[in-house]
Amino acid sequence: MTGTTSDSGLHLPRYLREDAATRTPVGFPDYRSTGLRAPLRTPVDLPHRLTEVTGPVLGEDRVLPHDADLTWRNGGEALGQRILVHGRVLDSDGRPVPGALVEVWQANSSGRYRHVVDNWPAPLDPHFDGLGRVVTDSLGRYEFLTIKPGAYPWGNHHNAWRPAHIHFSLFGRAFTQRLVTQMYFPDDPLFGQDPIYNAIPAAARHRAVSRYSLERTQDNWALAFEWDIVLRGVDQTPFETDDDGDVA
Amino acid sequence: MTVDPLDVPPNPSEPFQPRSGQRGSGFLTGPLRLGTTPSATVGPYLAIGLTWPDGVYAAEEGTAGGFWIRGRVTDGNGDVVPDALIETWQADPDGRFASPEDPRGASTYPGFRGYARAQTLSGEFEVFTLKPGRVPDGEGGLQAPHIDVSVFARGLLDRVVTRIYFADEADANAEDAVLRGLSEDQRATLLATPGEDGYRFDVSLQGERETVFFAV
Repeated sequence: MTGTTSDSGLHLPRYLREDAATRTPVGFPDYRSTGLRAPLRTPVDLPHRLTEVTGPVLGEDRVLPHDADLTWRNGGEALGQRILVHGRVLDSDGRPVPGALVEVWQANSSGRYRHVVDNWPAPLDPHFDGLGRVVTDSLGRYEFLTIKPGAYPWGNHHNAWRPAHIHFSLFGRAFTQRLVTQMYFPDDPLFGQDPIYNAIPAAARHRAVSRYSLERTQDNWALAFEWDIVLRGVDQTPFETDDDGDVA
Repeated sequence: MTVDPLDVPPNPSEPFQPRSGQRGSGFLTGPLRLGTTPSATVGPYLAIGLTWPDGVYAAEEGTAGGFWIRGRVTDGNGDVVPDALIETWQADPDGRFASPEDPRGASTYPGFRGYARAQTLSGEFEVFTLKPGRVPDGEGGLQAPHIDVSVFARGLLDRVVTRIYFADEADANAEDAVLRGLSEDQRATLLATPGEDGYRFDVSLQGERETVFFAV
């Protein structure tokens, strides 16, 4: 194992940081809400010590059986296009992240969230709450059944509409790997005018877009979309070692 | 000049023999690395997906020595942010983490999770926890008791990360490598102040007293 060392002989991993050219900035002027909220000062580098390389273990105990099927709530079936969303959670070394909690939330098929703040005039669906939770299997795979979320207006600029998306929250195994993000659908015509999508540097935008998955589409039942999520991996660059084999 | 389309140059004198490490040879010259998934804002509807009934308890309710940390998140106008989510992660009172990634072995402290999440719907967040122990700093010393904090909100396209230190740990704070790298004004933004049933820790996203945020 490579990494930093300490007097107590602890060899800790060092998590890679995505290059600024492919990392979403905290603030983005076209997304107006960032104006008074995104910090303006340069963040201070924090070395990866024990607090940063550990993280909570949250798995099966946070998940109920129906959490992987968002299409059935309150004794009835949600309206909308049934879709199976599936993929793998990996780290940037390509290793699967097994047993990882994946929390998702989304708007209903008409683009309305079940939330007091969302009051635009699209109907709520009594059989859809928009919450799902799954845990990755031993190969890092996850899947859940839901309905395709609708687009919705959000007032950022004139005629601003969010492209259809599903919110994802993941922990990985370390504090450094925590990720909250949004999954999009391929070829959405609303991409061009959405500042949240366009805040992602162009070179990395495709990573936020799912792929139509014909092979998992179920005959006479549901379309399927595949989306792999990549968390930060450990720096594997070898360190020079001294005579004792300790990391220099 | 007229090009003769049939005047094909002869084959090179030697067949192409790629060697390991040669650029364009098809051999990897460095470790395989996938691009990480870009972050996005948690948005205004995070309560749908990220609400847990026991979210605020990094330690079980009633654990001996437990206390509350409460605070506000404010924006660049000084206005309270009512739709933020705070997450905390910390060692137990013995300095161990409730994580299999702790190379010294995971915490077995009774009732201790070490992780909490709390929303600011009332104008304040609150988490119930225990004072973390001191943890090696990797450079031969010990860190002062601290809690790593992530702040998520509409208007933040990525989480921002800060740390809670404790104002009543002056001796330990004076030895802490991270705090020592900061100015007095900066340090002040990271100190939770003791009160009646716990501590106060406010987060200032912008402004004169912008909280120190960390790149992790």
